[in-house]
Amino acid sequence: MDSNKILDRGTPDRSARVGAPVTLQIDGVAVTVPAGTSLMRAAHDAGVKVPKLCATDSLDAFGSCRLCLVEVEGRRGYPASCTTPCEPGMKVKTQTDKLAKLRRSTMELYISDHPLDCLTCPANGNCELQDMAGVVGLREVRYGYQGENHLAAPKDQSNPYFTFDPSKCIVCSRCVRACEEIQGTFALTVQGRGFDSKIAPGPGSFLESECVSCGACVQACPTATLMEKSVYDQGQPDHSAITTCAYCGVGCSFRAEMKGDQVVRMVPHKDGRANRGHSCVKGRFAFGYATHKDRIKQPMIRASIQEPWREVTWEQAIAHAASEIRRIQGKYGRGSVGGITSSRCTNEETYLVQKLVRAAFGNNNVDTCARVCHSPTGYGLKTTLGESAGTQDFDSVMHADVVVVMGANPTDAHPVFASRMKKRLREGAQLIVIDPRKIDLVDSPHTRAAFHIQLQPGTNVAVMNALAHVVVTEGLAKVDYVRARCELPEFDKWQAFIRDPKNSPEVLGPVIGVPATTLRDAARLYATARNAAIYYGLGVTEHSQGSTTVMAIANLAMLTGNLGRPGVGVNPLRGQNNVQGSCDMGSFPHELPGYRHVSDPTVRELFGQSWGVPIDDEPGLRIPNMFDAALDGSFKALYVQGEDIAQSDPDTHHVQAALTAMECVIVQDLFINETAKYAHVFLPGASFLEKDGTFTNAERRISRVRRVMPPLAGLADWEATMALAKALGYPMHYDHPSQIMAEIAALTPTFTGVTYDKIDQLGSIQWPCNDQAPTGTPVMHVDQFVRGKGRFVITEYVATPERTSRKFPLILTTGRILSQYNVGAQTRRTANTAWHAADVLELHPHDAEARGIRDGDRVEVESRAGKTVLRAEVTERMQPGVVYTTFHHPESGANVVTTENSDWATIVRNTRSPRCRSARCWCRRRRGSRSSRRLRSSRRRCCRGGSDGRAEAGQDVQ
Amino acid sequence: MDAQKLVKMCNEIGAFFAAEPDKATAMAGLAGHLKRFWEPRMRRGILAHLDGGGAGLSPLAVEALRMHRAMLEPKAVRS
Ligand code: SF4
Ligand code: SF4
Ligand code: SF4
Ligand code: FES
Repeated sequence: MDSNKILDRGTPDRSARVGAPVTLQIDGVAVTVPAGTSLMRAAHDAGVKVPKLCATDSLDAFGSCRLCLVEVEGRRGYPASCTTPCEPGMKVKTQTDKLAKLRRSTMELYISDHPLDCLTCPANGNCELQDMAGVVGLREVRYGYQGENHLAAPKDQSNPYFTFDPSKCIVCSRCVRACEEIQGTFALTVQGRGFDSKIAPGPGSFLESECVSCGACVQACPTATLMEKSVYDQGQPDHSAITTCAYCGVGCSFRAEMKGDQVVRMVPHKDGRANRGHSCVKGRFAFGYATHKDRIKQPMIRASIQEPWREVTWEQAIAHAASEIRRIQGKYGRGSVGGITSSRCTNEETYLVQKLVRAAFGNNNVDTCARVCHSPTGYGLKTTLGESAGTQDFDSVMHADVVVVMGANPTDAHPVFASRMKKRLREGAQLIVIDPRKIDLVDSPHTRAAFHIQLQPGTNVAVMNALAHVVVTEGLAKVDYVRARCELPEFDKWQAFIRDPKNSPEVLGPVIGVPATTLRDAARLYATARNAAIYYGLGVTEHSQGSTTVMAIANLAMLTGNLGRPGVGVNPLRGQNNVQGSCDMGSFPHELPGYRHVSDPTVRELFGQSWGVPIDDEPGLRIPNMFDAALDGSFKALYVQGEDIAQSDPDTHHVQAALTAMECVIVQDLFINETAKYAHVFLPGASFLEKDGTFTNAERRISRVRRVMPPLAGLADWEATMALAKALGYPMHYDHPSQIMAEIAALTPTFTGVTYDKIDQLGSIQWPCNDQAPTGTPVMHVDQFVRGKGRFVITEYVATPERTSRKFPLILTTGRILSQYNVGAQTRRTANTAWHAADVLELHPHDAEARGIRDGDRVEVESRAGKTVLRAEVTERMQPGVVYTTFHHPESGANVVTTENSDWATIVRNTRSPRCRSARCWCRRRRGSRSSRRLRSSRRRCCRGGSDGRAEAGQDVQ
Repeated sequence: MDAQKLVKMCNEIGAFFAAEPDKATAMAGLAGHLKRFWEPRMRRGILAHLDGGGAGLSPLAVEALRMHRAMLEPKAVRS
């Protein structure tokens, strides 16, 4: 089994860029292809395979191996078919005696410098060099193997996931080109010339290099030179299934390559439309957590959280949970219980949990962890445009001329999309970054931001208002577009507001901390672009004015006509894999699936009929309200599926007190997480490899999750929810998640056309998918906005109530890094810890110096909410007065210091900018040699968020 | 429910709608938001706080709560 062999057409699809069809003859067969197509690809389409080594269809042709030579009638020499474009009337021969001889000689040279250990090579049976030796009929190597060679070149095993064995390298440079063209990191080079040329990841090892371990080079390598360690250990896989990454909102499609029920490797799926064959270190390599020894495989219960856990059967655990819920409802009322759905679970599972709460608990107390990240998007975009979702597909970025990245760090949090974006930037698109931190995109290989608006945290709305002010007052608005597509009275009101000098860059610039001229120039660049697109992330939404900022972004896009076609739009970059899906599925306490309010009698009637119970017409409690209600004694039981609220929710102390006040907390998860410490019932969860279902990514793309191994604990999450519902006297009847999707489709207008069969057929579907859009909707709001006319909303900038003071002089912001994911429950249980063994505090050299802090010191961070200790990383990425940390490791307790200022509209707690005090608590010289220090600093480069070596961190923490 | 928290949240919602030039629209916006997003316990809590003098509530919030009280009042407690 080999993906490259099955799918590789040699050179990339150029159909989007090439001209009229041309007809030519290849080995006597007439072929018609778009002009500009390579001879190699045309031959492949005609069923003729031309031998090749340096070409692959994910990379631009390079023409170095000379194996793909052909003869063209009337032309001299033997052109390489991978680099020669088709022309009308060409007569091409791919097989002649002369060609066979040339190819054999070329192979002979390769093989004379290649170890002949095929039988014990990990690529045996899946090696293009081996295949080509067979294809060209190589029978002898006249040069012998005694000449000068590279067979003794040492292996580089530094990367935790793949090996670099230069003795097997044929210097085809596919890896170098993959790193440049696909990933955009430029970590690899060809060093030396001729016989001496070799591939090198800089002066040191892979781990010390700029490499971010995306795996693109490994995927591209035709030999065993770059090879997954899992293949070394387990051998070649023998079957596979297409599934979807369970980490981030890009939702990359993968082929899970299996041996029995063991995953040998995850390979990015070439036809996956979210990722187009690319991946990042998490989805590609960090799947080992799924079978980690910490997985809980047996349900457990206990009477109080002081007691130890007691293992029980599923039946006992479910019966206990159900009787507790009923007891509590009997004593404290129907509204005293609720549930939390997970953005890590499938659409079908989220749907079932909210159905359980609404139909079996009989209230609307259901919420999702998207509360702490993306509900302002739902509110803001629904209010202005009419739909709670991003407007574009990821491909759209390839048509953008100006890209705005706001409060997002795509290279770390959405790496595969970032690679696409960087590709577009290398092609000449301009970039505006709006972020307090100098994120990597500001200045990365071959891309540099035209403007970096390095704002003070908390001033997002001010920035958007200032930009809109410039557009309006300098006459750059697309007035015709606005007149045709937006509500005019609202627009006029908004225009009067935004014109006010209080919104000018000159007034707001000092608040934002950025010169007025920069704001003006950035506004002009955005407004005058042919296509300008905005991508934003948690820096926008996890903030007290999150909803307001999202509306301000939508205002700006409508004002400049940047909605409704490829290349433009307003695009949230979702944090977790299924944030979009969990929101779509009715996880909010005021909305049934499809974002329909519970107060709407028609919608309630529809669901009531289908579910056989009346639906409560009042909104339920949101997560923070549940905690408040727990503290005042009116909320007593919570079912939490796949979410670690005690760690990921801002203001940990408040959450812990609330959980302690409850009488029954049911946690369903893969591992004993922080929340489980407060739980009375633990139901083992199933990983994405153990169940069927769908995820919906940030571009509204619904993709299949496929079960490749049985659930380790016996039940998939949806089955556990069904068991709980049944024990509560509300049996649900599904044999397979496809039946749940059928119910969702029957009840949700934007999903009417979605079925598992159709997803299988099309690969994936972007909702809305219904009679109007039977194959889905890549770009929304094309002719008109979903709400009819777009609505401008007045977005007054309100300074956040938290202020710096003498006691708390710094602003703390939080975020995530490439190699770790959210609270780290999965990634911490993989070798990704090689890049990020602990959370660190980034601070500017001025702030460090003023406090006597040196790089690597352990520093105490204190805010009004609490204190914690983190290791310092002194870096110019930060601006003075602002510090930054991640929250991947529970022991660092970064969320202990975040406070609870929340978004006014949707109660998303503000984790991005509480003020904190940073003071050096103690430090000492670190152990370790100079070389390990060097290693640390290079690892830091690699993961950008800063890291320490695994070993050192363990020794140093006291 | 912690009254101080409810007051803070209500004022923040008020601060958003205060930008609306027409005061009646602003008040309707604020009250409508509470009706759509606040669970009955929270609405009951803020109305009880209003009845107790409404300390800390912004003038816009006080006025909006008074004017739209009937809409905001939850139905009788259900078991
Ligand atoms: S490492 Fe693999 S892809 Fe890179 S040059 Fe060598 S053989 Fe080619
Ligand atoms: S794994 Fe490293 S070297 Fe290979 S393509 Fe990715 S970033 Fe480049
Ligand atoms: S973590 Fe995100 S970018 Fe990385 S492979 Fe998974 S879905 Fe793709
Ligand atoms: S495949 Fe064409 S030159 Fe290598």
